[in-house]
Amino acid sequence: MQKSYTRTFLNNPATAYIIALVFLVAAMLAAISVGTVSVPVRDIIAIIGNEVFHLPFAREIEPMHTNIVMNIRLPRVILAGLVGASLAIAGAAFQGLLRNPLADPYTLGVSSGASVGAVITLFFGFTIPGAGQFTLPIMSIVFAFLTITAVLFFVRKIDPVMKVETIILTGIIFSSFLGALISLMIALTGDELRQIIGWLLGSVSMRGWDYIKILLPFFLVGSLLLLFNGKELNAMSFGEERARHIGVNVQKRKMVILAAGSILTGGAVAVSGTIGFVGLVIPHLTRLVWGPDHTHLLPLSILTGSGFLILADLVARTVISPTEIPIGVITSIAGAPVFAAILMKKQRERRGMTNA
Amino acid sequence: MLNVQQLTGGYSGEKVVNDISFSVNKGELFGILGPNGSGKTTLLKMLTGILPFAGGKAYIKGKPIEEYKLKELAKVAAILPQHSSQTFSFTVKETVSLGRYAHQKGLFQTWTEEDESVVMEVMKQTEVDPFAHHDLNELSGGERQRVYLAQALAQKPEILFLDEPTNHLDLSFQKSLLDTLKRWTKEQGLTVVSIFHDLNLAGLYCDRLLLLENGKIQKEGLPDEVLEEDRIRSVYRTKIMKQPHPSVPAPQLVLLPEGETEGDLSINESMLSFSLEHIVLKAPFPLKTMSSGVVGSGTGWHKNFVNRHVDRRYDCSDHRNEMREYLRSYNFEPVETVGMMTAVILEDVCHHFYEGSNFSVLVVVTAGVGNSVDASKSDAHSSGMKPGTINTWVFVNGVLTEEAYIQAIVTASEAKAKAMSDMEVKDLITGTIATGTSTDSILIAATQRGSGLDYAGTITSLGKIIGKGVHECTCRAIQKSRERAGS
Repeated sequence: MQKSYTRTFLNNPATAYIIALVFLVAAMLAAISVGTVSVPVRDIIAIIGNEVFHLPFAREIEPMHTNIVMNIRLPRVILAGLVGASLAIAGAAFQGLLRNPLADPYTLGVSSGASVGAVITLFFGFTIPGAGQFTLPIMSIVFAFLTITAVLFFVRKIDPVMKVETIILTGIIFSSFLGALISLMIALTGDELRQIIGWLLGSVSMRGWDYIKILLPFFLVGSLLLLFNGKELNAMSFGEERARHIGVNVQKRKMVILAAGSILTGGAVAVSGTIGFVGLVIPHLTRLVWGPDHTHLLPLSILTGSGFLILADLVARTVISPTEIPIGVITSIAGAPVFAAILMKKQRERRGMTNA
Repeated sequence: MLNVQQLTGGYSGEKVVNDISFSVNKGELFGILGPNGSGKTTLLKMLTGILPFAGGKAYIKGKPIEEYKLKELAKVAAILPQHSSQTFSFTVKETVSLGRYAHQKGLFQTWTEEDESVVMEVMKQTEVDPFAHHDLNELSGGERQRVYLAQALAQKPEILFLDEPTNHLDLSFQKSLLDTLKRWTKEQGLTVVSIFHDLNLAGLYCDRLLLLENGKIQKEGLPDEVLEEDRIRSVYRTKIMKQPHPSVPAPQLVLLPEGETEGDLSINESMLSFSLEHIVLKAPFPLKTMSSGVVGSGTGWHKNFVNRHVDRRYDCSDHRNEMREYLRSYNFEPVETVGMMTAVILEDVCHHFYEGSNFSVLVVVTAGVGNSVDASKSDAHSSGMKPGTINTWVFVNGVLTEEAYIQAIVTASEAKAKAMSDMEVKDLITGTIATGTSTDSILIAATQRGSGLDYAGTITSLGKIIGKGVHECTCRAIQKSRERAGS
């Protein structure tokens, strides 16, 4: 009964938020501090205090440290955090909505859509007039939207009640189709191959503050929409009919949640490429420790998801420094075994339940 | 409370239910019955707003269902579905609390004290409060069903819809669930509309029933009217029989399995065996019996028939248990056996096989007239159980109705009294002609195969043979007993 114990001990929401917040802050400080040039934690606090909050910290700081923190590491950490948070909360929402702990943003094809948008941009090497270097993220988000619209349109054509099974199936069909398109473009591409592969594996390096500005509005809109639907997600994880009986406007809420999830996933994929397993593993672990109540699961997933991706990025750039490993590789190496363990545990539980 | 008018609808254009009209009053427990595919669940889904109507109207509290907002509807009507799936391990209290969704207001849906007290109240009512903080998947199926019931009740509905609520529940919880629902309808005026698979449960608990056949109303009315033998037979296309409930005025329907009535075996004298200890008839299959034996009395189905000799001084204080032990020691399973006792010397048994036109009867009588009584003057006798002295067995190869059993007992008794009179057996205390002894037992057993015998009154073909047979056998048995006493 180890689990019951941990749940009662940690179940107090205040405790949960404090632990998650401490984890996030610790991850951020660690990631800003560690690197080829090591910056002491006290200096980091002083730099951020001075530069961001304009507090009068009377402390001698090397200008190089300020430069490293403000222009390289802090934006990188914030971007990693935002991407992790977006993927985690979107994953939590999709899992609740689809009543499938194995579902993730990718199941709906949103992420494949975003990838296609990005790969098309890289393949043709074109620029939207006026958008400049932001052509790639804009295209990703647009394609994510197009994909989810197409998926939902097809689902509604196939099954007017929009059963979750139909949505997943349609999502998988779209994913396969779009994945084939990406493979086709990679096969046809010449010199751009490395760039596309690198982008596909995912990275948050050298993106800078501009990418944060691109992602932030999408992150805020998507997260707020989901946070206001925590109760509805709770109801819908008991099945759509049940939710309807309780009084949830399932059709409307489902659309809002799917849209919010696509905004978050689309935005994240646009700035960092395909980073797997964050949207799967983080909600799952969070749920395991603090329970499945979405009113807490969603905000906690934001905190733990961002902390997780910041740490993953730290590992990615330090393990075989100076060479960087794509962050998607790290999340997959860390995430896949955890995911397999969860799956096995679930199977054992299910068998134990039928025996009982 | 609920008023349905010419409701028609189903899935994507196909009409599953057709022209359904009925109404349910406040505080009623209303049952919906019908074979698989008759449209029960479709009807319920339409009434709860899941499926659209193709035609007709349905009103809850006088307002058309489709005019309700989802949250408004959830405050008036709650549903307990047949299966509930849960993916994540919510705790019992979290699950029940979701039922308050429709009652919460504002963007942040604040949890009020009223919400909390309602949740605590319904958890107590459904007796799930002891595991309020347990995970749902730690509970048994029955407990989980109670949690979902609590969730539905947390909506504080005025009308509760149930889809086969007793499905997958064990017997005791089926009963406690329905007892609780029934009580709430009476005490709190809750209206319950429920689909039932089990006709007997429906007949037992519902105030009124609606029987569906192929999406149309077959019959709506009181349980006794709806659960008619012929109607259920034709709607469910199966062989059933209707019987009254043994202790409550409610109809009960029982299934009749096929293939059991094959074969033409009949009960005859070759199945009898005699010893000084007991006379036994072992039937090759169970016979339907009505008897007043020590074991297996009343009506039932029995294979073994034992008439046991006991000493005159036999201690009768716990004779039933002693008899069961006795039967077991001779490898007769007591539940399959009708057992009688007699102080008569068993050699004095008299039996005979009678052929009727399309049936036959075996009569077995053991008679001793030691404590004969004139039934019209029995006040003169002291009470007390003594081993029976005239034991009459009548085996009929034929199908007897319930009334035929009773008539057979009457006919056999009359024949026995007549035999007493003809043999001039006297009540030793009053000095008048006796009608029997103080502890006589009778058994009527029928194979329930072969030709039907509806009546067994004295001038029916069966009654004639029973009367003649019992009279003959009783006379001869008394004579044998007297000869032994004389010699």
